[in-house]
Amino acid sequence: MKYDLNDSSPVVIIGSGAGGGTLANELCQKGVKVVLLEAGERQSTKKFVNDEWASFTQLAWLDNRSTSGGWQVSKDFPNLPAWICKTVGGSTAHWAGASLRIRDYEFKALSTYGKVEGANLLDWPITLKELEPYYAKAESKMGVTRTNGIPGLPGNNNFKVMYEGAKKLGYKDCHTGRMAINSRPRDGRGSCQQLGFCFQGCKMGAKWSTLYTEIPAAEATGNLDLRTGSHVMKVHHSKDGKVDGVLYTDSEGNTQLQKARVVCIAGNSIESPRLLLNSASGLFSDGLANSSGQVGKNYMRHMTGSVYATFDKPVHMWRGTTMAGIITDESKHDPSRGFVGGYEMETLSLGLPFMAAFLEPGSWGEDFTEAMDNYKNMAGMWLVGEDMPQESNRITLHPTDKDQYGLPVPNVHFDDHKNDIAMREHAYQQGTKVYEASGAKKVYRTPPYPSTHNLGTCRMSAKPEDGVCNKYGQTHDIENLFISDGSQFTTGAAENPTLTIVSLAIRQAEYIAKQLSSKAI
Amino acid sequence: MIKTKQSRRQFVKSSVSVLTGTIVATSGMLSMMAPSRSWALNLDALSSTDGESILVAAKTIFPHKDLDDAIYALLVKDLDGAAKGSGEVKKLLTDGVVDLDKRAGGSWLEVSKEKQHAIIKEIAGSDFFEKIRGTGIVSLYNNDMAWAHFGYEGSSFDKGGYFNRGFQDLDWLPDPLPEDSPAKM
Repeated sequence: MKYDLNDSSPVVIIGSGAGGGTLANELCQKGVKVVLLEAGERQSTKKFVNDEWASFTQLAWLDNRSTSGGWQVSKDFPNLPAWICKTVGGSTAHWAGASLRIRDYEFKALSTYGKVEGANLLDWPITLKELEPYYAKAESKMGVTRTNGIPGLPGNNNFKVMYEGAKKLGYKDCHTGRMAINSRPRDGRGSCQQLGFCFQGCKMGAKWSTLYTEIPAAEATGNLDLRTGSHVMKVHHSKDGKVDGVLYTDSEGNTQLQKARVVCIAGNSIESPRLLLNSASGLFSDGLANSSGQVGKNYMRHMTGSVYATFDKPVHMWRGTTMAGIITDESKHDPSRGFVGGYEMETLSLGLPFMAAFLEPGSWGEDFTEAMDNYKNMAGMWLVGEDMPQESNRITLHPTDKDQYGLPVPNVHFDDHKNDIAMREHAYQQGTKVYEASGAKKVYRTPPYPSTHNLGTCRMSAKPEDGVCNKYGQTHDIENLFISDGSQFTTGAAENPTLTIVSLAIRQAEYIAKQLSSKAI
Repeated sequence: MIKTKQSRRQFVKSSVSVLTGTIVATSGMLSMMAPSRSWALNLDALSSTDGESILVAAKTIFPHKDLDDAIYALLVKDLDGAAKGSGEVKKLLTDGVVDLDKRAGGSWLEVSKEKQHAIIKEIAGSDFFEKIRGTGIVSLYNNDMAWAHFGYEGSSFDKGGYFNRGFQDLDWLPDPLPEDSPAKM
């Protein structure tokens, strides 16, 4: 389907990942006309490559970005604050597939934890109970294992090592996880063949990605106009303060203005606020939807870190699903540990090329080569937990540096909160204990990778002065402008965010469709 | 299980394209895996002495126990390519070698390994050092020879993944309970 640039009836969605891709399909299924603008190109399971660096070049968002603040990533990867994708399907091309519901108490972070100094905590304007039906829809749509009668995936060698340590340590809840990866054929997609290249785009199509689920389903309705290679520069508005169009550079490098009835932004938590800020006008001098001053603030990236360990005997951790299992015992609020909130422990493996790059950036000499020499005998886990929203952690427009479109590049400023640091230390210790219990020779604490979970920069809030959008992702200031990605998150919770992003998108689509049919927007 | 002989032939074959123009094998391609030097570096921008000096610096920065020089040569070749494309990089590298010789009191290549290690420690963090280290992180570990050396198996889709090729073959720990890790279907 092709809509005219001057047709002002479509909903224009920016970004085709977990949020935007799902929203597009849900709206198209309801008969709503959608223009989906995606900055990246369209790849396929055929075009994905089992090669870390080659795949990185194919999928990653590599436009220049700058960083500041005390976080390790700014030192190790000053121009790569985030490892996310610029491709149709967005970061659902490279996500690991972990699909966990946010816990009840995490939706009420402020009420549960109380005031935490230096943190801008807030309760979500929605509860788990309200979101449960949408979580159920999302789990069914994505084919999440251990839900809907779908069996768990078989664990690989890396999981075996973590499992043994977890059991010896007395952890109760360790299994192969809730994964949006087919353990048996489902929904026209095959089952996991344990390729070990989940991060490089699943060549089996066994892992859910909007690229080959939501987007073709939306296309089949005849309501979707997907435009690839289309980078949005600015959202336009009318004199009465409603958004009415989107200015973008198309795949040929020409500037186009697509008119719109509704605009939904799902460019991930760096690009979404950047676009709002770059759209500043006479009427909205601080950027769109920014009367609260919260656009770009409260940037969260999850408390992360990894523990790798070497053993006497081979593990071959790269064989099979990258995130092959989980320990959830530490995912709870237990302040006696010295911090609020909790974290998950999830197996992770990197291929040899990425292990060299990420094990301990900047390191050299025997310590480094000894670890690499033992690569075959290595097991690994990722630690992912709730980090504190802080106003000073934020996306801003760089004062001088411009991108290839002449737009200011985003600067990502981040400092760890002391709660994040205390949690990371605890998680490193527990991860170390797990591997020592399974017989590790040597344990390595790997610092955070560039952020994969970017959250909170256009957060939802009950009161307009506390955040950017309401509980439907509708911006407080502009009724036909929506936030449709992880930027909406009020707080980060401990869980991998994709399932929640998809659930919110399903719910948002229902809301938008109703608002459209009642002519409210 | 990986069959060593066959896979060696495979990686050597697939490495040829990477190494063409880089390394001239003097006694057949398989000799590249021999611990002794049996090839020569063909460089475009750097002199062979510069190349040799950088190779030894790379081995000092990445002191793998028994990694063949041919793999370090890939790093030198990548730096040579960068030097060919940028006068600035060429100057950084050639000045860096001059500095190594100076610190060695004459010839960097002729001082003891201990002395070489001490010199590298002195220059750690310098632009020259970081250029070698940063390039090495990719060059040394992103090639078929290195993958075979470290036991990494590379692309798996073309072999049907690991579903029937050992993703659960670890036998030195007990198997998890089936409710935690269901049997494969």
